[in-house]
Amino acid sequence: MLKLRRPSSSRSGRAILPAKQMQLAVLNGKKSKDTEEVSARCEMEFSMWGCLLLALFTASIGVEGIDRRGARTERISGSAGDVLDDNPVGKLKVYVYELPSKYNKKILHKDPRCLTHMFAAEIFMHQFLLTSAVRTLNPNEADWFYTPVYSTCDLAPNGLPLPFKSPRMMRSAIQLISARWPYWNRTEGADHFFLVPHDFGACFHYQEEKAIKRGILPLLQRSTLVQTFGQQNHVCLNDGSITIPPYAPPEKIMSHLIPPDTPRSIFVYFRGLFYDVNNDPEGGYYARGARASMWENFKNNPLFDISTDHPTTYYEDMQRAVFCLCPLGWAPWSPRLVEAVIFGCIPVIIADDIVLPFADAIPWEEIGVFVAEKDVPYLDTILTSIPVDVILRKQRLLANPSMKQAMLFPQPAQSGDAFHQILNGLARKLPHDKRIYLKPGEKVLNWTAGPVGDHKPW
Amino acid sequence: MKQLAALQQQGRRSNSFRSNSSPLDATVDGAIKSPATIFWLFLHGLCCLISLVLGFRFSRLVFFLLFSASPSPSTTTIYSALRTTLPAISSPQERNVSADGAGSRVVVGRHGILIRPWPHPDPAEVMKAHRIIERVQAEQRSQYGVKNPRTVVAITPTYVRTFQTLHLTGVMHSLMNVRYDLVWIVVEAGGTTNETASLIAKSGLKTIHIGVEGKMPLLWEDRHKFESRMRLHALRIVRDKKLDGIVMFADDSNMHSLELFDEIQNVKWIGTVSVGILAHSGGSEEGDLLMRETHADEKDEKKSQIPVQGPACNASGNLAGWHTFDTQPFVERSAIYIGDRAVVLPRKLEWAGFVLNSRLVWEDVEGNPVWVKDLVEIGKDGEDIESPLSLLTDTSVVEPLGSCGRKVLLWWLRVEARADSKFPARLLELLSFSTTISETSLLLYIWIIDPPLDITVPAKRTPWPDAPPELPAYVEKVTTIPENTEKRPAKSGSKRKRSSRSKRKHNVKVLDIRASTKQAGDN
Repeated sequence: MLKLRRPSSSRSGRAILPAKQMQLAVLNGKKSKDTEEVSARCEMEFSMWGCLLLALFTASIGVEGIDRRGARTERISGSAGDVLDDNPVGKLKVYVYELPSKYNKKILHKDPRCLTHMFAAEIFMHQFLLTSAVRTLNPNEADWFYTPVYSTCDLAPNGLPLPFKSPRMMRSAIQLISARWPYWNRTEGADHFFLVPHDFGACFHYQEEKAIKRGILPLLQRSTLVQTFGQQNHVCLNDGSITIPPYAPPEKIMSHLIPPDTPRSIFVYFRGLFYDVNNDPEGGYYARGARASMWENFKNNPLFDISTDHPTTYYEDMQRAVFCLCPLGWAPWSPRLVEAVIFGCIPVIIADDIVLPFADAIPWEEIGVFVAEKDVPYLDTILTSIPVDVILRKQRLLANPSMKQAMLFPQPAQSGDAFHQILNGLARKLPHDKRIYLKPGEKVLNWTAGPVGDHKPW
Repeated sequence: MKQLAALQQQGRRSNSFRSNSSPLDATVDGAIKSPATIFWLFLHGLCCLISLVLGFRFSRLVFFLLFSASPSPSTTTIYSALRTTLPAISSPQERNVSADGAGSRVVVGRHGILIRPWPHPDPAEVMKAHRIIERVQAEQRSQYGVKNPRTVVAITPTYVRTFQTLHLTGVMHSLMNVRYDLVWIVVEAGGTTNETASLIAKSGLKTIHIGVEGKMPLLWEDRHKFESRMRLHALRIVRDKKLDGIVMFADDSNMHSLELFDEIQNVKWIGTVSVGILAHSGGSEEGDLLMRETHADEKDEKKSQIPVQGPACNASGNLAGWHTFDTQPFVERSAIYIGDRAVVLPRKLEWAGFVLNSRLVWEDVEGNPVWVKDLVEIGKDGEDIESPLSLLTDTSVVEPLGSCGRKVLLWWLRVEARADSKFPARLLELLSFSTTISETSLLLYIWIIDPPLDITVPAKRTPWPDAPPELPAYVEKVTTIPENTEKRPAKSGSKRKRSSRSKRKHNVKVLDIRASTKQAGDN
């Protein structure tokens, strides 16, 4: 089936081209393909006349659509197809439960740092959904139900979230919605979704061993979890979960952009810890030894600009680098991936079995470089043996603005951004399987499962 | 120290040792010194001692040592630098809390830190990486850089003199690094010479070497005028040969940044860039010079220490006027003749700050704008053409480049040795030269000081790079020159004067302080 998409750069509100199988996504700052490519494709599949008309029309729109920077990019289509530009409006309806403010607003008031740390997606998703076009006020016609609980907002003095009360908070919220509304009991949460952006998702612990022991909160087993953590065959990742990128403040990132003709002169770039002496004094636990291995093997290598510095020019330096290392830390995901994608630096992902954000919409193997943890000592050989045209293609894919948009959570929301990708992911799971609807009185979830401490009311 | 910290830290790790010891404590409290108690006490003490040494995860360590099949020493399990040549250790799963029973290959727990046997860069891979970087940068340039690059025509007036090699090699290397097509027109005063020709042949660039009759004058004033004549001559060559591109004036002692060549691609007809003027002569006068410049900034000078010549723009980015060099403070102290110790002053607006579209000087081209005069009419009567602005009838059409003159893209400098200084020909490798010694003679490939020097004093400083040399405040006679040149007679043409990065090294040898002030010319 032919899919011809011609996005154009325009102010919102342009007319949608009524053509066979064409969609014009109306976006800010989007660029179009060269019109020559339009006609080339046309000739293969359409009749000449239709093609000419099309080409003329798109030329008139497409000329404006060429990126003002003149960058060449490529369309991105993952296993689900070319879906990054899909518009979720009209495909699903979301009902937002109104919980008492002790679950959300009051927590936020207590600590406004929650708005800027990397777990802030749960807060911004709530704000987005409240004003979005997919929201419906009639729960009977909703496809998905959202529960706004800010479970990652209990911060220690140093800013890291403490997950000790999160299971109780979540349990208490679920008790509330199952008591007040009938929709939870109808499916025992199978058409509900929750945002759990913490280190190991709904396992609610920062230490992997403990998180695995706990497993996903039993009450959330049937719901769709939208989380940043993703690792294959891991307890804390359910099938059907949606992985999202961690929150990175968009204005801060955009304010550090440098001209794109600044030549990329750093080969490999990384800033961060290699050893976590506070929590892992012996070494070997943090990052499964991969970061330490990186340091020991490449600290003398001039091609590798790696250190534990915190330079003020961190973002600018990433824009001057060809490869940016994104190794795992205590958890396999990190905001470095988001930063690398936005700055056009090819991410080198060193985390075995990781599941990357929007894995069905974005073909990460074509965009990033995956290195097994055991191959870290040979990283320089691996990176220098990548053929140059593969590298250039990856850079073209990264230059695609829809790719960069999909990684960000801008305020206010723009089309194609991470909020929309989450909704797209939820829409792709529709329609719900009839089997999730339980007969009245039927119970699947075990409300007494889990550690005893979780049962204490919050 | 690490173990102590580990011991003290309760942190996230469970301390299994402590849980083991609690039943022992109970028996100790019994205070009955039975043999069993003593035995347990002894064991308790031994365990404490070993755990102090080996770390608080002692119990699991014992487990590993007892049940591991590996013959490797236990110390490697403590410090985590494990070599990949020991295969048994490279997959240590002693704390095997498996992530999931359902076949996950990734295990939680302690892993070895894999270090390859030779963790140093491999030169072949470094070269590959550099090629990748070059290709990536070329792609960046083609995408974001100048779309249709035009040929650059560089005009350089020169003449054979002491510092010609120094200056001309500098310009040559700058031009060799330019990424666009280049034509280099070298105009030489006094006719073309083999020395200059052999020098510029090394560049590998497309060069046009022409000569202008007449020796370069001794006085700076006259020299400026003569150079203008030489440039006009070069422009006539451009006109005759119909060279297409962008004409820029690369004086041989100036320093050009590579951004200049990218920026001038944007010129339409005639453009101007900001030129930094390095008019200092160095030495004790520097302080005075700086003071004077800060006083002089009530005029249209920029408020920087270094004066800049170039366009001045109004708020909307259009050309509103010119920043010129204020010669007022220097009037009584300026250099008169070449090689003078005083400050060499530039003209009001230097040629180097202008770039032209070569079509401006062609004859009878229809597309040319009306405000350009024909080249043949200029300079006919031998009047002094101070700057390319004389080519125009209307100077407001000049385009300011380099973000309206805010970026300084090239640096003007004039440093010369005295006109009567002796210098060896190109074919010899040269370390330094003498200008106050009466005679030198060239004998084949050996440079001998003849007659021998009357007073010879061993050099206080070695000329080698590991000893940082100082700028001598006095004239120092160096005796090692003859031996050095004898040892290296056959290295022809290598420009050792310029090859060393430690410029100051040459100062030690250079006897003439005036000549030694040419540091900045190296870059």
